Amino acid sequence: MSLTPDDVKAIARLARLAIAEQDIPAYAKNLSSILEFVAQLEKADTASVQPMAHPLVGLTQPMREDAAVAQVDRDRYQQNAPQVEAGLYLVPKVVE
Amino acid sequence: MHKKSLAELARDLKAKKVSSEELTRAFLERIERFNPKLNAFISVLKDSALAEARASDKRIAAGQGGPLEGLPIVHKDIFCTEGVRTTCGSKMLDNFVSPYDATVVERLKKAGTVLLGKANMDEFAMGSSNETSFYGPVKNPWDETRVPGGSSGGSAAIVAARLAPAATATDTGGSIRQPAALVGATGIKPTYGRVSRYGIVAFASSLDQAGIITYSAEDAAMIMRVMAGHDERDSTSVDKPVPDYVAGLGESVKGLRIGVPKEFFDKGLDAKVAAAVQDAIGVYKKLGATVQEASLPNFWLSVPTYYVVAPAECSSNLARFDGVRYGHRCTDPMDLTDLYMRSRGEGFGAEVKRRIMTGTYVLSAGYYDAYYLKAQKTRSLIRQDFLEAFKQVDVIMGPTAPGTAFKLGEKTDDPITMYLNDIYANGVNLAGLPGLSIPAGFVDGLPVGLQIIGNYFDEGRMLAAAHQYQRETDWHLRLPKNYEN
Repeated sequence: MSLTPDDVKAIARLARLAIAEQDIPAYAKNLSSILEFVAQLEKADTASVQPMAHPLVGLTQPMREDAAVAQVDRDRYQQNAPQVEAGLYLVPKVVE
Repeated sequence: MHKKSLAELARDLKAKKVSSEELTRAFLERIERFNPKLNAFISVLKDSALAEARASDKRIAAGQGGPLEGLPIVHKDIFCTEGVRTTCGSKMLDNFVSPYDATVVERLKKAGTVLLGKANMDEFAMGSSNETSFYGPVKNPWDETRVPGGSSGGSAAIVAARLAPAATATDTGGSIRQPAALVGATGIKPTYGRVSRYGIVAFASSLDQAGIITYSAEDAAMIMRVMAGHDERDSTSVDKPVPDYVAGLGESVKGLRIGVPKEFFDKGLDAKVAAAVQDAIGVYKKLGATVQEASLPNFWLSVPTYYVVAPAECSSNLARFDGVRYGHRCTDPMDLTDLYMRSRGEGFGAEVKRRIMTGTYVLSAGYYDAYYLKAQKTRSLIRQDFLEAFKQVDVIMGPTAPGTAFKLGEKTDDPITMYLNDIYANGVNLAGLPGLSIPAGFVDGLPVGLQIIGNYFDEGRMLAAAHQYQRETDWHLRLPKNYEN
């Protein structure tokens, strides 16, 4: 599977990643070699194999009461935010 | 003092031969002296460490304190630490100060440990050489022109150079075992779900597991006893009693059934490393273990399977880094999409972008079945092989990595060659099994690791087997010559 520079641009956009124009050929080359490498999986016979859903197959997940527990307060979380106002996260205008 | 194991230091503290403050000062002094050469730390917490040590000394004087009271340790910078910068080796989180502690951090704090600092690591734990860190590569103390392995390379180099007696680490595809092997330390990746992942920056959630890098298996057992156990804040954490790993260390290896997969000793393995690993297995034979050939016929699928599953999960997990709530934000975004794209484009390094894009591609419409679903099926095959093998044997042994530490920059341009460095490690994560690496000799002056793979939740037996080997050998006691004094 060989990716073109346009493919890389499309994937980067899907992933919301800005990639510098001059770096695109290198990503196209690397990503193509990775996809070619993982394409070996085609050779494995998996016709009657169930996909793995969890590393600990058959182990039931522990449950807990659906009860409110103490959380870190909003002000502390928002100390890491790039831009906040009145407890809200600010982003560029979305709706005109 | 730096030559002593964690167990010895714990005894000295208890007998009041040394105070936690003296111990902490001694390690801080070594960090100041040697870290400029190694670049193994992202943050050094001198003032808070000394304050914690003094508080610990008070508890010791009052006859109180936890099982690891007064012992200095380091956390990999992927563990959230309250009030302390937690960068995950990324520009994205360069300014992030965690508002809470990870469960592992909380438990080790409660046990009395003193936090010396946060260890350097590959960005978001993606790498096998510690060269993808935003804070620059870590050097291997055995040869500073070589890598310490990754992604817990900082933790591994710190322990190998004796800048701390122990350092926490995480292993998604070999990131505890491979660096432990490359620097000559002991590293354990527990069973998936054995140790809580709450508060660990997520990379690939079905593979990530926290563990520890130490001088010896005995030290690892001491820490595992505190780290392991159910945490209701992590829904994948398993509610199973934690055995007393330290008490179990004396268990003899007489009659232990060791399986050695023939697929591990194939053309990809360095011949001298293979010989060292066989010698180590020979020690077990002498101690009365039985050794038989094992087979993992789908072993060849583990790296390609890993490089579908891990990027798929990372592309989803790393979507949270969007420049809105925390982390890097670009300046003057034009609109919301521009804010996302430039914040992420500027905040992430090349390897992280590569994996996010691989993951985005394999999960995208039209490719999901061919890549992701197929990989989850091959993952079942890999797990099944291990289950079959464990019907015949108690543990599996083999090399941890295909060679010794490679040169800085040697593999950075070729992702596939880099990825193949975890060939003996990836399958263990895919199956969710526990794995351990112990020092097992040297090749051309560089350490070699022996990997012990156990059955689910069989960490006790693995630690005991490692401890018995370390009673017979002194590889784990060797220090790199520039770091002896």
